[in-house]
Amino acid sequence: MEGAAAVSTPCPAGRFVDALEGAGFDFFTGVPCSLVGGVIAELERRGTYFGETREDAALGVAAGAYLAGRFPVVVMQNSGLGVSLNALGSLHAIYELPVLLMITWRGYQGQDAPEHLVMGDVLPRLLDLFAIPYRAPSAGEVAEAASWAAATARETRKPVALLVCPGVLA
Amino acid sequence: MTVAEALALIAPHLGDAVCIHSNGYMSRAAYGVRDTERCFYMIGSMGLASSIGLGVALARPELRVVVFDGDGNVLMNMNTLARIAAAAPRNLTHLCFDNGAHASTGAQATISDRVALDEVARAAGYRWTGRVDRAEALAAAIPRVLSEHGPSFLLTKIELGPPGPPGPRIAHTPDAMTRRLRRALGAER
Repeated sequence: MEGAAAVSTPCPAGRFVDALEGAGFDFFTGVPCSLVGGVIAELERRGTYFGETREDAALGVAAGAYLAGRFPVVVMQNSGLGVSLNALGSLHAIYELPVLLMITWRGYQGQDAPEHLVMGDVLPRLLDLFAIPYRAPSAGEVAEAASWAAATARETRKPVALLVCPGVLA
Repeated sequence: MTVAEALALIAPHLGDAVCIHSNGYMSRAAYGVRDTERCFYMIGSMGLASSIGLGVALARPELRVVVFDGDGNVLMNMNTLARIAAAAPRNLTHLCFDNGAHASTGAQATISDRVALDEVARAAGYRWTGRVDRAEALAAAIPRVLSEHGPSFLLTKIELGPPGPPGPRIAHTPDAMTRRLRRALGAER
């Protein structure tokens, strides 16, 4: 894992979305988290966000979009990763369906409400178990991380993840 | 009406439609009746056929997308009925084959005998919903649900059928199904 939580100014949501679009991502769906509220608001301003009801349903929509020629991103809180594991294992991994998982890291360093602490603790290990490559960029690293994610997803034809720590995105 | 009879009746009307099949016996039955490069068979991820179909339909509004679902699959992720209805893709046809059971795991009963899934779809806001239990009624309904503006939801009551699979295992590997469908849709060479 590279990077860490932000110690400096958060990256503006518009700059991050520009980086994602510049890297080729062109279909955005998911379930919101406050840590990426600015990103979702920016995507909605651009008219490119399809809000879903559950994270695994968002992964299904992303799979369909990829089959139809798009390059998808699924936004979720890490609580939603638990909901998503069957889709990731029995759909995306074996059908070779790339997707960028933009996962917020609630429970980061054990500092959060009780319901986030277990998933916050196991998040990196869970991604390792599912062989999903990931980065947790600082505010200064998010644009480069978007390029890395796109290149890795294209090359592997599998899901990749960017973990969004508190304070990284405005 | 068996699932094979229902599928054989529908097959001649599918044309160039992208067909997304739910997991379990649904995929195997459909694969045994008709297989084209535009057919996608889920072997896992139960409950998500309709979401995959929605993704294709949103990304490519000019294509007709047909989801072949079962009662167990619809019940597992009923939220997708709401999301499809709210998105209202005109090119999406949702077919639900209801045998009242999880056939591929030993025919354990679902609750579709007490919960009318076509009524759930209607309440969610599908543009058209209906239910048929005879072959003649299915034959009459199919041309309409495959051509008119969707989203439409047609529930077909089918017999549970004898124990055992209604068709062969899917011979294509999952990644091969991805690539052939993307090639068919011009998404990759």
